[in-house]
Amino acid sequence: MKYLHLIWASLARHKARTFFTLLSVVAAFLLFGLLDSVNGAFSQAGHSVRDAHRLITTSKMGLTFTLPLSLYSQIRAVPGVEAVTHMSWFGGYYRDPKNFFSNFAVASNYFDLYPEFKLPPAELRAYEDTRMGAVVGAALARRFHWTVGDEIPLKASIFPQKSGSGTWTFDLVGIYRDSTHKGQENQMFFHWKYFDEAAAFGNGRVGWYVEQIAHPSQSARIARAIDALSANSGHETLTQTSSAFAADMVSQFADIGLIVRSIMGAVFFTLILLTGNTMTQAVRERIPELGILKTLGFSNRGVLSLVLAESVMVLLLGGVAGMALAAAAVSLIQAKYGASVPMLPVGVSEWLRSVGLMALIGLAVGALPARRGMRLRVVDALAGR
Amino acid sequence: MRKASLVLTMLCAAAICVALGWLPWWLIGAAVAAFAAWLAATRAGRRTGAIIAAGMVSLPQRLGGASVVVVGIAGVVGVLVALLAMAKGFESTLHATGSDDTAIVLRSGSLTEVNSVLDQSSVTQISDEPQVMRDARGQPIASPELLIAVSLARKGSGLAANAALRGVGPQVWALRRNVKIIAGRRFRTGLRELIVGKNAAGEFAHTSIGSRLDLGGQPWKVVGEFDSGDAHDSELWADTNVVGTTFHRGSDVSSVTVRLGSPKQFDAFKAALASDPRLKVEAHTTRAYYAGQAKGLTKLIRILGSIVAGIMGVGAAAGALNSMYAAVSARTREIATLRALGFRGGPVVASVMVETMLLALAGGVAGAGAAWLLFNNYTASTMGANFSEVVFQFRVTAQLLGSGLRWALVIGFLGGLFPALRAARMQVTEGLREL
Repeated sequence: MKYLHLIWASLARHKARTFFTLLSVVAAFLLFGLLDSVNGAFSQAGHSVRDAHRLITTSKMGLTFTLPLSLYSQIRAVPGVEAVTHMSWFGGYYRDPKNFFSNFAVASNYFDLYPEFKLPPAELRAYEDTRMGAVVGAALARRFHWTVGDEIPLKASIFPQKSGSGTWTFDLVGIYRDSTHKGQENQMFFHWKYFDEAAAFGNGRVGWYVEQIAHPSQSARIARAIDALSANSGHETLTQTSSAFAADMVSQFADIGLIVRSIMGAVFFTLILLTGNTMTQAVRERIPELGILKTLGFSNRGVLSLVLAESVMVLLLGGVAGMALAAAAVSLIQAKYGASVPMLPVGVSEWLRSVGLMALIGLAVGALPARRGMRLRVVDALAGR
Repeated sequence: MRKASLVLTMLCAAAICVALGWLPWWLIGAAVAAFAAWLAATRAGRRTGAIIAAGMVSLPQRLGGASVVVVGIAGVVGVLVALLAMAKGFESTLHATGSDDTAIVLRSGSLTEVNSVLDQSSVTQISDEPQVMRDARGQPIASPELLIAVSLARKGSGLAANAALRGVGPQVWALRRNVKIIAGRRFRTGLRELIVGKNAAGEFAHTSIGSRLDLGGQPWKVVGEFDSGDAHDSELWADTNVVGTTFHRGSDVSSVTVRLGSPKQFDAFKAALASDPRLKVEAHTTRAYYAGQAKGLTKLIRILGSIVAGIMGVGAAAGALNSMYAAVSARTREIATLRALGFRGGPVVASVMVETMLLALAGGVAGAGAAWLLFNNYTASTMGANFSEVVFQFRVTAQLLGSGLRWALVIGFLGGLFPALRAARMQVTEGLREL
């Protein structure tokens, strides 16, 4: 630490160069922060602790196929299943098809199985008592400026009402929050009963079942037992853990991981070359100075660590600034667009990972110039050779 | 005074950046040609040419810095072109699927086929509209279609993915004349046989001719493979009625696609359907329908691509600035000597700029070339609007390569300008003292 001012002085020696190098590092880590946040949002979908306790049963033929309600009591009787609920994709939109969001008709006990959706008790009671009641996430409410008490008309893209009307009206009775997964605050839930009574078709059927199980270790056995209920029937099911289900969904949109990895590969390769070149230049210019340091009694290893520390310092300064920018950008985007943009806030683990990367890249690009500094012979160095 | 000239320089720089970004290529080419002619034809030009050549000769001594410029810009251009090629490929696959003289009819309110339901009597009424073209035997060229998203195993990974199973009517061959059977034969009406699109055949397991596929709890025989050159290549086709019975849909279908007498008749067709009180349907030209499906995703990819490339561009420009400042300082003696001999700042600026632009161009070509080599016709898939996979190929077009090169030139211009100006303003005495 006592050599900090020495490192600082060598960085300040060529201010423009240090500035531009920092700028490249900032750009690289800004990108890293943003892409990591997107990647995290996709790969983390369905990985909360609670998800380990949840199974999802869909039709084996695909998600667009519905299941009969009669399975409900059968699944509840399967040993190991603590509770069962069901959801149906409604596919309604608000005013314009562009205003797309997820809306589901759910069983009355839905919120018992999803305790992470925090709904004030009074609003939960109001929801239970209102036939046409609906509950929306906080992000969704912000997006459309909805408040409790509003009447929300949704246009049905799939299910018209028996009356022939294509518009369904809901009473907004509650707004829930999910503090750990902001992405979950973008949904709307209402009573399946209301849906079932009024829909022109699809009655007596549900989209999929969600089971709560006591021990994640039993998930495979329970899943098999549930699927056995409908084996060889016209509605065979596929039961999987909530995270496997989410991973399946994501992988169908795109190989997000591959895209992110390729971009980051290109970025970091360029960054290493760029900072490496700067460090080589910086050390080459300072050879006489390094010679003086050695004359003053700095050991070879001392010089080595000075140069390494300098390059790690550049990476850390620029990297932390870039990550801070990324964190600010992510929270800005989330504040503006809500959870419709799949991004995770930059958290502790992202920071740790990025700082690790900074240190690693700093050491890598500093290695060659530092070795050169270490091997300098004082005579040659002072002569500027 | 200095401030004013700085502002002026900035404005000029911004103007040239915009010009590089937007001007048609032939104008940029003409400007380059004019510059080359000036270099060759006039005395001042030849002097400038000599200095540019002198700079180029010393380039090998500065390989590290030069490679930073080239690789940095290549990275930006490569990522940009690859992402835009993805958007382009998806867009052109869906655009190719639609035409102006075919129309798709969905239940009103439905945005996609998978959400739409039409009953048998609606199908008959729609097909009987006078705008629908008829074949030699007087039958309307209309295909009642039932689209179902079925779960299939992906080749290789074995993971489940949704594929579109499309039940098509007997007139489909007259409706979609671009569809060619490339192997096997057509399915037979009334049998559980299906044909697979060539992209679906590449994507999903058990889709080769002769294999058996279990769909809707029933065994289906794959009897042929077809090529339509559009989004239908990701689908599996079978007889509508057979699909309907297998999936317990009765005689309901998702949509009716019809061939119109001419594109001009669409408005009349749409109006006729809208005014019929028995029908609750909406007609779209297939071009509008498929283009609408492409819009969201392509816009998203384009915006993301520009943001990513923009951020990388800032980094690359900073790297180029560093390298070119270093290049100028390595040439300090040379430049100061030239100035002492009476050369003015202009040729020096030209020398640094030409070098940077050439390096940038090399980077742009390398990046665009790498994107083309790696990603042209690269096959990818995404979840389409019908809740099933749409397979498409990345398309690296000449236009995309061009816009990649524009980015390279703009970054190179910014990276070279300030070092060049510093070189031009260098004090002769200070520069010579560097000796």
